[in-house]
This record gives sequence, C-alpha cells and structure tokens, in this order.
Amino acid sequence: MKEELFISGRDIPNTDPFLHIWHWQIPIYLYLGGLAAGILFFASLFTILGREKEMPTTVKWGPFLVPGALVLGLFMLFLDLKHQMYFWRLYMTVRFESPMSWGAWVLMFITPLSFVWVASYLRELIPSWNWKYKWLWTVEGWVIKNRMVMAWVIIFLAVILGIYTGILLSAFNARPLWNNSILGPLFLVSGMSTGVAAVMWMSKSHEERKILSRIDLLLILIELFFITHMIMGALAGSQVMIQAASLFLGGEFTVSFWVFVIVLGLLFPATLEILELFGYKIPVAIPAFLILLGGLVFRFIMVEAGQITRYLY
Amino acid sequence: MRYAMAIDTRKCVGCSDCVIACQTENNVPLGYCRDWITETVDGSYPNVEIELRSERCNHCDNSPCVRCCPTGASHIVEGGVVLVEHGLCIGCGACIQSCPYDARYSHPEGWVDKCTFCNHRVTKGEKPACVSVCPTKCMYFGDLDDPDSEISNALKNRKHKVLAPEAGTKPHIFYLI
Repeated sequence: MKEELFISGRDIPNTDPFLHIWHWQIPIYLYLGGLAAGILFFASLFTILGREKEMPTTVKWGPFLVPGALVLGLFMLFLDLKHQMYFWRLYMTVRFESPMSWGAWVLMFITPLSFVWVASYLRELIPSWNWKYKWLWTVEGWVIKNRMVMAWVIIFLAVILGIYTGILLSAFNARPLWNNSILGPLFLVSGMSTGVAAVMWMSKSHEERKILSRIDLLLILIELFFITHMIMGALAGSQVMIQAASLFLGGEFTVSFWVFVIVLGLLFPATLEILELFGYKIPVAIPAFLILLGGLVFRFIMVEAGQITRYLY
Repeated sequence: MRYAMAIDTRKCVGCSDCVIACQTENNVPLGYCRDWITETVDGSYPNVEIELRSERCNHCDNSPCVRCCPTGASHIVEGGVVLVEHGLCIGCGACIQSCPYDARYSHPEGWVDKCTFCNHRVTKGEKPACVSVCPTKCMYFGDLDDPDSEISNALKNRKHKVLAPEAGTKPHIFYLI
C-alpha cells in the first residue's frame, strides 16, 4: 500500500521540509577536532615510546597545528550556537548523559594542554626564543621534566576527543544514519588518519615519512573496514536504517560519498602509499592532501545526510 | 501525576484551530508553530483511507532531548511535562537533532522552543489552549494516574496508538484509531 504524508501549516525555518539545524560550522568543527586528536595521539604515543629523536615532526612540529585547530574548531561551534551569549552555561554543569557536555569539558582540558605541549618545545625548535618572565622559565623546566606524564594524559584525552566527534552524532536515536555504535571509532580512525597525513606532509625526514605512511595505510584499511561495517549494519537494520544507507547506495549522496570519500579520500591515497612502499617516488603532498580533503568531505556528508534521515510514521 | 493527551483521529477534521489557538496563546513567532496537522493517505481512490492527526511534542517519559541537553535547559517538571529553560539554553540544536518527532524548533530569539502542554494554564486547572478550542472536541487531556480522568476514560474505551514507538521514547500523545 502506498502511503503519502502531508504536513500542513508547518514551514519552520531549518526544520521543514528537511531538518537542517546544523550548518557548515559543525562538520568543520568535527574535522578539526579529529585532526587535532590524531596529531596529539601520535605526538604523545611516540613520546611514550621514547622515539622523539626519530620522529621530530610528529612529536614536536606537528602539534603546532593543534592549538590553532582546536581554537578555530571551538569558534566554529560557537558560531553555530543560536543563543550565543549564553554559551558559558555549557561550563556551569557536567552532564554525562549528554555527549556534547562531556565533549565540551574534554576540549576545555585538552586545548590548554596542547598550548603547553607546543610551548615546551618552543625554545628547542626556535633557538632565538626567550621567555620574558622568570616564572615562565620555572614552569617550562617543570613541564619538560613531567613531559611523560603529560603525554599519558594527552593520549587518553585525544582518544576521547576523537571518539567524541563521532559519538556526538551517533547518540541521536532520531537520526538513523548516525545512530550506530561504529561511528565513534570510525571518526576516531578517520581523525587519526588526517592527523598522520598532516604531519607526513610537514615532515622533511624520509625515514619519518615512511613510518607515518605505513601507519596511515593501516588506518585507511581500518577506516574502510569500519565504513563497510557501518553500511552493512544499516542494510541489516530496520526500515529507517535501510533508507539511511540508501542515501549512499543510489540516493542523493552516492556520488559525493563514493567519489570523494571512498575513491579520492581513501583508495587512491592508499594505492599511492602502497606504490611508495614498493619504491616508486610519489610526492607526499598528493596522498596527504587527498586524505585531508577526504576526511573533510566525509564529515560534511555525514552531517548533511544524517539530518535528513528520520523516523517514519 | 502524569499528564497526557489523546486525539481522536476519527473526529479530527484537520481544521488547524489547535494550531492557531496555540500560536495565539503562546505568542509563537510568525512562521513557526508548536503543533501542526499531519494527514496520511493510504491507498488510492476509491480504496483510500485518510488519517488526520494534530501533532506536537510528545512529552516523552524517556525523552532524548532531555538526555542530550548539555546544560540541563531541557528538563521535566511535575506531570511529566518537558520544558525548556530559556536562560540555560545555548541554542546548540542537540535536542532538535534528538527528537524523532521534529517537535522542537529554534526560536528567532535563539533558544529552543516547543509545546509546553500549556503548563501555565494546566497548573491553574485549565486545559491546554489547543484542547479548549477544538470545535469537534476530538482532543482529551488529563492525568493518566487518575483512572476517572477524561484521558484515562478515552484510552480505556478506544483502541489507540502512539507515534514511532520503536524510537523507545515512551511518548504521551495518544491517537485514538
């Protein structure tokens, strides 16, 4: 039986005919959060493993991107708030049931820590750098002494931050495309992959690039597995889940998803990285740029497509 | 006490009086509405069946909007009524995303707005504006915990359904079918 649905007397801005309450700022925020989490994860990982000397860009130079990314990301989040002058209410309470609440708190801790991490390497990387006040020298000495502790704290927070960018979406039962438990890990792996790509692009050491490229290849494979898993899970789900998956399988997001995310964002850079393993000379900028772009497009598609999926009644 | 509403889909003619009454009573900004009429058409002429429903916030027991609110602006008051505290709302839109009924919207002033079950009237013992104006008297409102209330009787005597029960929200707007 064919069922038609008419809703009369309702044409609410950003709600009808399709929900569009989150705009371009949110995917950029999710992207920058994932990127920052990825960079910080590997910076602290290689610090914990004691391989700073081998991986100078990953540990020291890469994190320079993070404070800027996080501040810009938070600003994007602020831009998309509709009651902006009340944003401080976010930090007047902790609500564990709300991913947005604990995500905001994680950002509150990891953002200053990323500034401290970068500051602790300033004098080593820029020899002419001098702290203006004496107490800053004391603080610096203390931070450098406790760098290992900081690395452990940051690696823990980075994983939460990376997963949070996915859970923020997957916690919404009302949006079937988002509502799957693989989205958190998927966004984490995707964020890590973009983080590694950014650092790989910055690195001048051939050896470091090779290690990063192998890590990235592994991350891409995991990401492809998770995406397959997500689509298969949706297709095996209820009617609303099947409709959500069909947006990528013949629906309006098919081309953007398969061309920009899967082929250009994952398969092609992975192929280039495999070719490089076999000794072909590939300019690092190509796979790195494609991975970074693919990650951004992926978040835009997920945020846009997720909002138009809903319960049917 | 547990407030709920029942709407008789066989009596409703879809006149939108409830919509207008709500907009007037609650000063809903132009172009917005807290309740609306949905018409579903099954089949095609001559074998066609139409259902008319006046829809609004379902004041769910397991309300996803209250759970996902990062500041506690969305909260539940006595009688199970879900409300939004304007001074706490940051307008993040999480509750709008979380609602399977798309019952919430972003008020032009920034905070999120929705049906309040006319809490300001109900606490005074009056009926919600939409119920009080319905010309076909197809809407019932009252306390589910009271077995003799109008709503309890309506649900006792008629077959009824809720919208998207599979969303697990335990909605409290019932449709008599």
